Amino acid sequence: MHAEEKLTYETWPAEPEKSTLEAKNKFLGFWLFLGGETVLFASLFATYLALKDKVPSADHALAKDLFDLPLTFVATMLLLTSSLTSVYAMYHMKNFNSQKMMLWLGITVLLGLGFLGLEVYEFNHYVHEYHHKFTSSAFGSAFYTLVGFHGAHVTFGLGWILALMIRNYKRGLNLYNAPKFYVASLYWHFIDVVWVFIFTVVYLMGMVG
Amino acid sequence: MSTYAQKKGFGSVIWDYLTTVDHKKIAILYLIAGGFFFLVGGIEAVFIRIQLAVPNNDFVSAGAFNEIITMHGTTMIFLAAMPLLFAFMNAVMPLQIGARDVAFPFVNALGFWLFFFGGVFLNLSWFLGGAPDAGWTSYASLAIHSKGHGIDFYVLGLQISGIGTLIGGINFLVTIINMRAPGMTYMRMPLFTWATFVSSALILFAFPPLTVGLTLMMFDRMFGSNFFITENGGNTIIWEHLFWIFGHPEVYILVLPAFGIFSDVFSTFSRKRLFGYSSMVFATVLIGFLGFMVWAHHMFTTGLGPVANAIFSVATMAIGVPTGIKIFNWLLTMWGGSVKFTTPMYWAFAFIPSFVIGGVTGVMLASAAADYQYHDSYFVVAHFHYVIVGGVVFAVFAATHFYWPKIFGTMLNEKLGKITFWLFFIGFHMTFFVQHFLGLWGMPRRVFTFLPGQGFEMSNLISSIGAAFMSAGVIVLLINVIVTSVKNEKVGNDPWGDGRTLEWSIPSPPPFYNFKQLPLVRGLDPYWLEKMEGKKGMTPAEPLGDIHMPNASFIPFVIAFGLFVAAFGALYNGEKSWAVPVIIIGLLITFGSMLVRSLKDDHGFHIHKEELMDDNDKGVKA
Amino acid sequence: MKRLANWRLISLLAMLALVLTGCSGEPFVSALKPAGEVADMQYDLMKLSTYIMVGVILVVTIIFVIVFFRFRRKDDKIPKQVEGSHKLEIIWTVIPILLLLILAVPTVAATFKLADIKEMDKKDSDALVINVRSHLYWWDFEYPKQKIVTSQDLVVPTNEKVYFNLKSLDVKHSFWIPAVGGKLDTNTDNVNKFWLVFDEDRANEAGNLFYGKCAELCGPSHALMDFKVKAISRAEFDKWVKDMQAVKEPKKAKTELAAQGQELFNESCIGCHAVTPSNQMPDTARIAPNLTNFGERSRVAGILDHNKEELMNWIKDPESYKPGNLMTGKYKDFTDQELEALAEYLMGLKVQE
Repeated sequence: MHAEEKLTYETWPAEPEKSTLEAKNKFLGFWLFLGGETVLFASLFATYLALKDKVPSADHALAKDLFDLPLTFVATMLLLTSSLTSVYAMYHMKNFNSQKMMLWLGITVLLGLGFLGLEVYEFNHYVHEYHHKFTSSAFGSAFYTLVGFHGAHVTFGLGWILALMIRNYKRGLNLYNAPKFYVASLYWHFIDVVWVFIFTVVYLMGMVG
Repeated sequence: MSTYAQKKGFGSVIWDYLTTVDHKKIAILYLIAGGFFFLVGGIEAVFIRIQLAVPNNDFVSAGAFNEIITMHGTTMIFLAAMPLLFAFMNAVMPLQIGARDVAFPFVNALGFWLFFFGGVFLNLSWFLGGAPDAGWTSYASLAIHSKGHGIDFYVLGLQISGIGTLIGGINFLVTIINMRAPGMTYMRMPLFTWATFVSSALILFAFPPLTVGLTLMMFDRMFGSNFFITENGGNTIIWEHLFWIFGHPEVYILVLPAFGIFSDVFSTFSRKRLFGYSSMVFATVLIGFLGFMVWAHHMFTTGLGPVANAIFSVATMAIGVPTGIKIFNWLLTMWGGSVKFTTPMYWAFAFIPSFVIGGVTGVMLASAAADYQYHDSYFVVAHFHYVIVGGVVFAVFAATHFYWPKIFGTMLNEKLGKITFWLFFIGFHMTFFVQHFLGLWGMPRRVFTFLPGQGFEMSNLISSIGAAFMSAGVIVLLINVIVTSVKNEKVGNDPWGDGRTLEWSIPSPPPFYNFKQLPLVRGLDPYWLEKMEGKKGMTPAEPLGDIHMPNASFIPFVIAFGLFVAAFGALYNGEKSWAVPVIIIGLLITFGSMLVRSLKDDHGFHIHKEELMDDNDKGVKA
Repeated sequence: MKRLANWRLISLLAMLALVLTGCSGEPFVSALKPAGEVADMQYDLMKLSTYIMVGVILVVTIIFVIVFFRFRRKDDKIPKQVEGSHKLEIIWTVIPILLLLILAVPTVAATFKLADIKEMDKKDSDALVINVRSHLYWWDFEYPKQKIVTSQDLVVPTNEKVYFNLKSLDVKHSFWIPAVGGKLDTNTDNVNKFWLVFDEDRANEAGNLFYGKCAELCGPSHALMDFKVKAISRAEFDKWVKDMQAVKEPKKAKTELAAQGQELFNESCIGCHAVTPSNQMPDTARIAPNLTNFGERSRVAGILDHNKEELMNWIKDPESYKPGNLMTGKYKDFTDQELEALAEYLMGLKVQE
């Protein structure tokens, strides 16, 4: 089965993301990459936990002073929902429905942008209200690095999905680009899972002390 | 698209290598670059031994000495040993599993160029204000304290080449999982392929902690963060943990492929299948697994407390068991065999006693309470050189002689090979054996000089003389390479005559598509099986058909180059006005070319059946 | 190829000879000449592990040699393709496990014993505690209970447990007295604690002066960050402490030259170097070695012979002796005459007349 072949709804395979050798490689390679990313974030979490509330003097804000649960809850909901919408997109990809896939991917991107906006607002808020900066304490460095790394992943993911959408808007699905959409959505899920951990470890555990 | 038979000018050869995605050519690139850095690291080693030949020597200054030891360690580990092993993995592993290429040829090229630019960046430090000087471990308090840009070069250079290694590891994993020829089950894979597999898995999980550690160090040194600044709440022990969570598996990332190479050499030249194949595979996997459980044995004197020290001590000793299994299996492979002492076999044979010494001192070091004496003394220096030189470097030498005909189509001179061996082998033991005693007599490591009257003089001198022997050995190897390349006597598929695995069933060097028809694998040592049944080659598993091949691409080079540019910006951040624009330009080059790669369709090309049949008629070798 | 075997045999014998001829280093610095309880325990572990390992090496060597002679290729026959042997494989899995257990048990016991510092945290314990503070490239030793400070030459009583609090005030160093016990790092982040015992008889054999080393790379002069340990009897130690405590203010110079030296010292040096042993200042304020008993020390700057000439050389150009030290450039250039005066004064700084 050649990747660039034109297919119809009838000839579209059940697992388009794994139907050629290249696609299978991409699928497996990406999962392995996410395994490495997991260790990367685990290292950042460990660093954060070791440096949480480690500040040079008592006038620095600590985790319990900083976090605002409603705000992060909204952010969390946005990101979780975006994961769900990307599932819908993949559902339509499997059904060879390019337009609906694009629609749901578009919604995913909008939700992701909303999340990023809230994050920017949040960081800004900490810096100006609490003087909690990247350079002000080990706690600040660890916080912005962990959460910022996640934010950078969100940004990269948005850019990636957008680029794929623009590139393939006109020509529709084939076995060459379907795996690309699929791994991009895997990446998006991964970002979402990492956020669940950040929400728990940084925010919830930060609130209770 | 069938350019493979044409004669080419020098310029187009260069362009060919800059854009190649062929695993065999990338292997040659790794071999050249790794070999070059090996020489650089070797020269640094010679400087170290000259400086320490006599007490109170002033051959190099104290500051320069620290730069030299740092660069010696960093270069040898990251820029010599790993790339050289990657060279053989690239050259041989796809052939051993009967694949036409790796899973991601593009990523393979990208991995090489990232490693290359990272290595070049790191070494440019010599010319741009001084090399890093906090040791290859670059412990945080000293690294933060270090003036100049040396440490910045270390952080950025390793970051770039580390990414290259990481994606290289993923590539090998996917290749081995997805691209094995029909019949090549996991338990029929040659040990070198197994070692590549486990070692790649270690890379995948060990490099991210290094990436994080380097990032934190970069932020602290260049962007004002406080991870390791104690006054602002930072903690330098975090660096030690992150570094060694990477650093210990790194030892196995290096030594497992070495084990794999030796396993293949032993069975080939004993004309016997590997003794206890399944327990060898099991031991390889177990060593890889345990490799992650023992990092804190590098930190016994950091003050982690007796509970942690005791646990890590016992866990470390446990690694001795699978390693012992391997040693005895190798010995028993030769037992009852018909052992031919070729140059690769010299190295393999000498590896056993050398590595056993390194292994037993490893068990001694594992004993936490006693390690308080050994730690950071010359005993440790002796130990890890016995493991890394006696294991990894011996393996690289063995593989160089063993696989040279497969890579270049001509044999290295056996006589010169044996001279190399004797010089290096004698020099190696002279240099490092006495260092065990130096450490026990109270000589700390990483000292730029020592004072007379402490009983260190004689042994240091012996050690330095040994280094001269090792250098002579390497020079003979270089002569051998030149002589061989000039003569360039072509050899056939199986020049050693005892080849057992698939790579020996195809021409040397192989055609760029490797296998005209994928071979049918009927057991362990598939080529040997066919030979024993009186056949000339492998039975094909498929009819002759079109072969799909990837296109060459210049993009990997450009992606890596962008990071190289950005690294200069980061290095001078806050110091030069052009720093931030340079970071942005560099990242734009990188991400821009990634975008191009992502958006531009690249379907590769097909070699048509007819062209392959033409090859048949002409009996073309490459 | 007979050469190979001969060479091996000779080298093996040479190595053995090297070991057996008692190459165990100098008694004041070698871990193979243990001079205290801690070093003894560690030496015992070394011996135990060496015995086990030599056993392993012997077995490997025997098989190795037999293989070499018996199984060389003589003809073109194809040997039998053996898959393996479960029996053998079980043997060489189980025996190493047993051997490692033999090593693991005493290792764990020793690890816990060496970390037993309960005594130092007890209230009204009379155990001797010393706070070690490491600096780029010198050592500060505070005796908190005795309320005195000294540097470079650590003074300890023999035949009793001495407890240490270790910390670094700039970059990480490591505190190591090879003949007396293994090392422990001086971290920048936390205080590490351990104990050592200095055996009286063996201290005498070593000339009562052990060599101490920094074992963690800490910058250009890492190699020169030596210190010395004077191990003396409890009675002598008590006397030394008393003499130190008696110095309440800087000692007056005795000769005219020394008086000039003292004046120079008070102008240029006293900002960093104290000449009274009081521990009133916090450790972070003690930015240079305390010189109260400098005249009684064993080395200048930890490395040079203890005489006026070397002292003058050192003050004149410390950078050429300890590259990267923090003293260079902190004071004016002295004339030779001034150097002599300074040296005269400093060499006269003694507490035990």
